[in-house]
Amino acid sequence: MRTSSLSAGRLGFGAVLLLLLVLCPFFLPIYWTLILTEILIMALFAMSFNLLLGYTGLLSFGQAGMFGAGAYAAALAILKGGLSLWLALAAGVFTAALVALVIGYLCVRRDEIYFAMITLGFGMMLYTVAHNWIELTGGSDGLPLPAVPPLTFFAWEVSLFDPRWMYLFVLAVTLLGTLVLWRVVRSPFGLLLTAIRENRDRLAFVGASVQNIRLAAFVIAGAISGLAGALFCLFNNMATPDFLHWGFSAKPVLMTILGGAGVFLGPAFGAAVFFALEQATIQITENWMIVLGAVLIPVVIFFPRGILGTILHRLSAGRRKTP
Amino acid sequence: MLEVRDIHVYYGDSYILQGVSLTVHPGEIVCLLGRNGAGKTTTMRGILGYNPPAAGEVLFEGTRISGRPVYENVCRGIGYVPEDRRIFSDLTVEENLEVASLKPRPGLAPWTMARIFETFPLLARLRRHKGGALSGGEQQMLAIARALAGNPKLLLLDEPCEGLAPVIVESLGDIIAGLKAEIPVLMTEQNAHFAFGISDRGYVIDKGRVRYEGPITELASNRDIQDRYLAV
Repeated sequence: MRTSSLSAGRLGFGAVLLLLLVLCPFFLPIYWTLILTEILIMALFAMSFNLLLGYTGLLSFGQAGMFGAGAYAAALAILKGGLSLWLALAAGVFTAALVALVIGYLCVRRDEIYFAMITLGFGMMLYTVAHNWIELTGGSDGLPLPAVPPLTFFAWEVSLFDPRWMYLFVLAVTLLGTLVLWRVVRSPFGLLLTAIRENRDRLAFVGASVQNIRLAAFVIAGAISGLAGALFCLFNNMATPDFLHWGFSAKPVLMTILGGAGVFLGPAFGAAVFFALEQATIQITENWMIVLGAVLIPVVIFFPRGILGTILHRLSAGRRKTP
Repeated sequence: MLEVRDIHVYYGDSYILQGVSLTVHPGEIVCLLGRNGAGKTTTMRGILGYNPPAAGEVLFEGTRISGRPVYENVCRGIGYVPEDRRIFSDLTVEENLEVASLKPRPGLAPWTMARIFETFPLLARLRRHKGGALSGGEQQMLAIARALAGNPKLLLLDEPCEGLAPVIVESLGDIIAGLKAEIPVLMTEQNAHFAFGISDRGYVIDKGRVRYEGPITELASNRDIQDRYLAV
């Protein structure tokens, strides 16, 4: 499924999708614009998680720790530091990368269930810090932001109070984060990640340190998760301990499995399906997790490539049959 | 170049290598012969650090490398082609080589992509194919090419001919023999006939110990050793 260059068809599809995404807030009601904003943020979060699961073969069950670190860093940068919007985002990315460096250093020696459990353990510790270090984090109330700094771009300035501007801002940042991840997976470093997932011993045979590469992947994934977390903080006007809860770490896992871990945009697609399902279900019942489970189980059993992964696989198989 | 001094290697509780010593000098091909389970692969892995020796030491260009991690030894200049020639099946031929490329060594002509494809014309045509889609012989070529992409100073080949068609074995022999002036080779082999054809010296290993060492012509004419340890 990995083609070395972007085909014109995929480029065209991307351009149309992007145009649609840009136009959305101008014809959708505000409520749906808000939902879409949240989908974008979670899509970025899930794609950063998938750098670990889909490309490196590591199941991180504490990714919300980095997401939350990014959110709190952004909130503190604005509240205590009085920093601008861009610097708040940068603070989120930097802090999350730093947290990922420390956690990752201790986690990357193990893989499979052990890696998952260690990351889960760190995620729970970070949650407790956010919940109980009241002087810094405001405890269970979180850190509400009285106002989000305006978006400035050279001399141009606009308030993100308008959900449409917030949406466009989130779209731009998500796109940026996605491009960074794309560059990473398509670089020689990305090849190494794929090679690790396949067989870590063979990677040592070609002279690469599995631990160092995993750590680098963990830090990059953590930084992008932190970016998503900082966006989520701006979007919600607050950072709360819930962002770090292990239940929150499960979200990118579910989205990635739904959409497909083997496809770059699979987790983003999964995020969209996740929210679409949620919105469709809560019209009828509050117990939407039952519906999510009812969809997730057959996906895992019958379509292990995920929804987008299966669609793309069918398409490429069909194309090969009809020359 | 490479000096292995009395290494002992365990797999869990089993005592596999019971004191193996060998040397590889610049410009030679050395083969390590023996029956299945004699300890050939374990010797290779002991040298590389994949199964670190519990006692004894491995010196590479005078530096002690036993106890160092595998990737470090590979970076230091030991190219390794594992027995099962497992290439990365999800990556293309080109990507397999790209992943393995390391800095050129001073004094040695660098193994650029162009030079590798010149040496292995077969691979040039399969450049964009996935490693997993190649035949056994093609995978073995790729595994050797991948080791060369790391610009090694020494090449360890574990059972390079295993399961390959005779015509492939022949061209493999030409390629390995062509390398030796620049890169000395230590290889293990079941196919004694192949090993006799291209090696300069040989070691015979049995039950974790070296039973014989000497010039390949002597070994090739020593029926007694062959009957006792190789059963050819």
